Amino acid sequence: MGVFSLLCTLFVPLAGSLAVLLIDRNQGKAIRLTALAVSLVTFALSLLMLVSFDASSSAMQFVVNTSWIASIDAGFRVGVDGTSLLLVLLTTFVMPIALLTSFTSIKKQEKEYYMLLLLLQFGMTGVFMALDTFLFYVFWEVILIPMYFIIGIWGGKDRVYAAVKFFLYTLVGSLLMLLAIIWLGFYGDAAGVGFTTDLMKLRMVAPAIGIEAQTWLFLAFALAFCIKVPLFPLHTWLPDAHVQAPTAGSVILAAVLLKMGTYGLIRFNLELFPAASAAWAAPISILAVVGIVYGALVAMVQTDVKKLVAYSSVSHLGFVVLGIFSLTVEGIQGAVIQMVNHGLSTGMLFLCVGVLYERRHTREISEYGGVTSAMPRFAVFFAIAMFASVGLPGLNGFVGEYLTLLGAFRSPYLNSWWYAIVSASGVIFAAVYLLWMFQRVMFGKNDNPENHHLRDLTTSEYWQLAPLVVFIVWIGVYPHTFMRLSEQSVRAVVGHVMHHTSMSTPPSASVTPR
Amino acid sequence: MMPALFQVLPLVVIWLALGAVGIVIQAYVRNTKLVFGYYLGTLALTAILAVVTAGAKGTMFSGMITTGGYANFFDVLFCSAGILSMIAARPYLQRLDGELDEFYTLLVSAVTGMMLMAHSNHMLVTFIGVELMSISFYVMSGFLRSDIRSVEAALKYFLLGAFASGFLVYGMALIYGATGSLEFGAIGSAVVSDALRFPVLFAIGATLLVIGFCFKIAAFPFHQWAPDVYEGAPTAVTAFMSTGGKAAAFSALIPIASVVMAGDSVVTGQMQLMVAIVSAVTMLVGNISAIAQSNVKRMLAYSSIAHAGYMLMGIVNGTTSGSEAIVFYATAYTFMQIGAFVIVGILEREEGGHLQLDDYAGLGKRQPVLAALMSIFLFSLAGIPPLGGFFGKYLLFVSAIDAGFTWLTIVAVASSVISVWFYLGLVVKMYFTEPSGDTSESPSGIAAITLAVSTVAVIALGIVPGWITSVIRSWPPMLTP
Repeated sequence: MGVFSLLCTLFVPLAGSLAVLLIDRNQGKAIRLTALAVSLVTFALSLLMLVSFDASSSAMQFVVNTSWIASIDAGFRVGVDGTSLLLVLLTTFVMPIALLTSFTSIKKQEKEYYMLLLLLQFGMTGVFMALDTFLFYVFWEVILIPMYFIIGIWGGKDRVYAAVKFFLYTLVGSLLMLLAIIWLGFYGDAAGVGFTTDLMKLRMVAPAIGIEAQTWLFLAFALAFCIKVPLFPLHTWLPDAHVQAPTAGSVILAAVLLKMGTYGLIRFNLELFPAASAAWAAPISILAVVGIVYGALVAMVQTDVKKLVAYSSVSHLGFVVLGIFSLTVEGIQGAVIQMVNHGLSTGMLFLCVGVLYERRHTREISEYGGVTSAMPRFAVFFAIAMFASVGLPGLNGFVGEYLTLLGAFRSPYLNSWWYAIVSASGVIFAAVYLLWMFQRVMFGKNDNPENHHLRDLTTSEYWQLAPLVVFIVWIGVYPHTFMRLSEQSVRAVVGHVMHHTSMSTPPSASVTPR
Repeated sequence: MMPALFQVLPLVVIWLALGAVGIVIQAYVRNTKLVFGYYLGTLALTAILAVVTAGAKGTMFSGMITTGGYANFFDVLFCSAGILSMIAARPYLQRLDGELDEFYTLLVSAVTGMMLMAHSNHMLVTFIGVELMSISFYVMSGFLRSDIRSVEAALKYFLLGAFASGFLVYGMALIYGATGSLEFGAIGSAVVSDALRFPVLFAIGATLLVIGFCFKIAAFPFHQWAPDVYEGAPTAVTAFMSTGGKAAAFSALIPIASVVMAGDSVVTGQMQLMVAIVSAVTMLVGNISAIAQSNVKRMLAYSSIAHAGYMLMGIVNGTTSGSEAIVFYATAYTFMQIGAFVIVGILEREEGGHLQLDDYAGLGKRQPVLAALMSIFLFSLAGIPPLGGFFGKYLLFVSAIDAGFTWLTIVAVASSVISVWFYLGLVVKMYFTEPSGDTSESPSGIAAITLAVSTVAVIALGIVPGWITSVIRSWPPMLTP
């Protein structure tokens, strides 16, 4: 059943996008409802995976391994472990919400829009499931086209610039990754497993690559992923893309697309190049820390709400990268849960910005003020999203940030308290820029006449925000439900790195794949 | 005798159908529809025969012609390109009032030349093939007689093409002097066993040969003719020339390069380096020049130069994996480039109207299907998965890294990124800008068949490339000198 639900989770969105293609373009309602139904069915199917998932194992589960292109040994190899399962679930969960929020905001070329959105889901799910470097690369690039069109056709004023920038930035990084993938294939040949792109085989042989070659490979992969994360100083595409994208695009971008980068760092960089990862842990962590502080400071001076949230992403993702490169169980567990958290809370912030934008068609903070008096119910939701993002204990953000900082403190690879100390300032800055923004938008005197009669949340908007609140509180209060899923996988990764860097005694966790 | 003749059936049939029957039909019956149908049938029959005889590997006519496998694959490719171009050319020429029966005769004669090039096992056969193809192309380029640009293209192509043929023949002569043979196998064994009588002559001859081919495939620094000719020629002709012609030149170059670069001598290493540099510069020059174009046809012409550069990466490798990559890329390239040019042809108006980038503004709204197909072809040309162009590029990268030319793949990556810039530029025009100016509908007529086939091929080559690669893998190694 697990394999069945895994394949359905992957392919139902693709089938759905073809179904939307066949509907007449004047049947707007049918198109919208089909897309929503497809995404809800996919979510239900992905929950089936959760039921049969064995959290006590670090091995890949529900593995499908079929030959695809025999001549280069590229296979259709998919499967999930705890880390990827969490991210797949995040994707399937966020998608219906993103579709729902598009119902009112997308007015033109609906058919193409919903088709592309479902195609995007297919690509994202594939990235998290792929166990083959070639297949992974294909999914990784497949995402570019729908996202490019979503930003470019339905985006804001400077959408063309943002779309092209997004496309080119990602492509530069990923093409170098492609060369590294080919190089690895030949290494497999030299190491006796034949020219291959099978991740499981490569995982066994790649750590033995000499440190110099390993460093180049590590950098080629890391560049692709760090552009996507985005890690300072490769982040400049993000504010443009976020600001110009339609609300659903921003939500997906923040909630899922950025996670592809951090996921890739764990799945490929740590597992394939443990020695280089250990060697580069400090430099990358420094960039992460700089990103945390820089993102927060830049967010503070923004006058555009959406841009502010976009820069807060740079800051928050810095925590994730720091957690990953602490190379400790706490740090990476924190990073994984922080990926989910950021998806939920930043996704929700973008939804809230979308709610405001739909009513006033501006995102300038100075245009607002005292909105609470007109939209009291909205204020509650906005506040929850904001506090989750700040990292208030009891809500989800706190758990992830706490663990990543703990990991950075204890990391034998970073071996300095300064990483944690400086990053902790990011938490304080986050409180400053978010609370200040909230105060200027929601509190004070409602003296702009256009803000007097804003409509409070509609039913549809309730349905978009309420599910997010459930999980924000759930993770904040009882994170174990979610962290239990990824714990064994994370232990295995950390054990793998330690084993190959002889940092300390090899841990008990098994690292040999089936 | 019969079984032996069976092997060369595709060549014999197309030769007879063209030379013996086709010309006669044309002399007595002035019925364009009949001629069109007749040649369409000829190409289809030839393609089927090529598939049937694909297993009959061997040489014929005193070792001048090879049959089976590799050559037959190219037969099918050339015939498909011919059929697709022919179908698309009919409505195009009718619209521009330039349809004459002879067009189809010339097209089939070009296909015959290409097939000779792929089947060649002897320099003279190669030369005959090249000339048969090129002379047909010279005339086809100037087929819109009242259009000054078309005539100019023909003249330019003819003069420069004749010059390049001179290089080819001279190179062949010098190689004959150094090795005492024009047959590929004999040349190869002379190179491998180091039995060259005049190594210097051989090196000069090989270089001249490469120069001649560089002209035919439009590689730097002999590419200047291509943009002018591709722009001036009727679009339907450009579609065929830039795909079939290029694939044919590579089909002849692969075996020649594999014998010329067979040994491990200094010459081989230098030839490799030379080809690698030509390849690198070609892709950069092609892509960078394409950025500056405002005419879509010219932009695609420059991009086709860059694609020749990519394919040269496979020649550098010199082994089977390199030629496999070229064969796959040439196949994918044929379909995506024909598709793109056919769409340009459908949108084109008299006297070179509607060829500017600005004329494509808002095409996504005006003609959603055409725009969507164009995007697929462009993304494939840019090498974005899961389309055929991506997998071809992947194979080329693999072969170049295999040969130890990692720097070349990095250049290729850089130029791919550059190319995305202008391919995306066209997509931006089609989808992200509002329609402006003359926005009259352009019916595609039977060219829709070409577009449908090309689209399916481009997608299938990306998703199930294994079908083609396993066919390519099944051939015996290219040449055993």
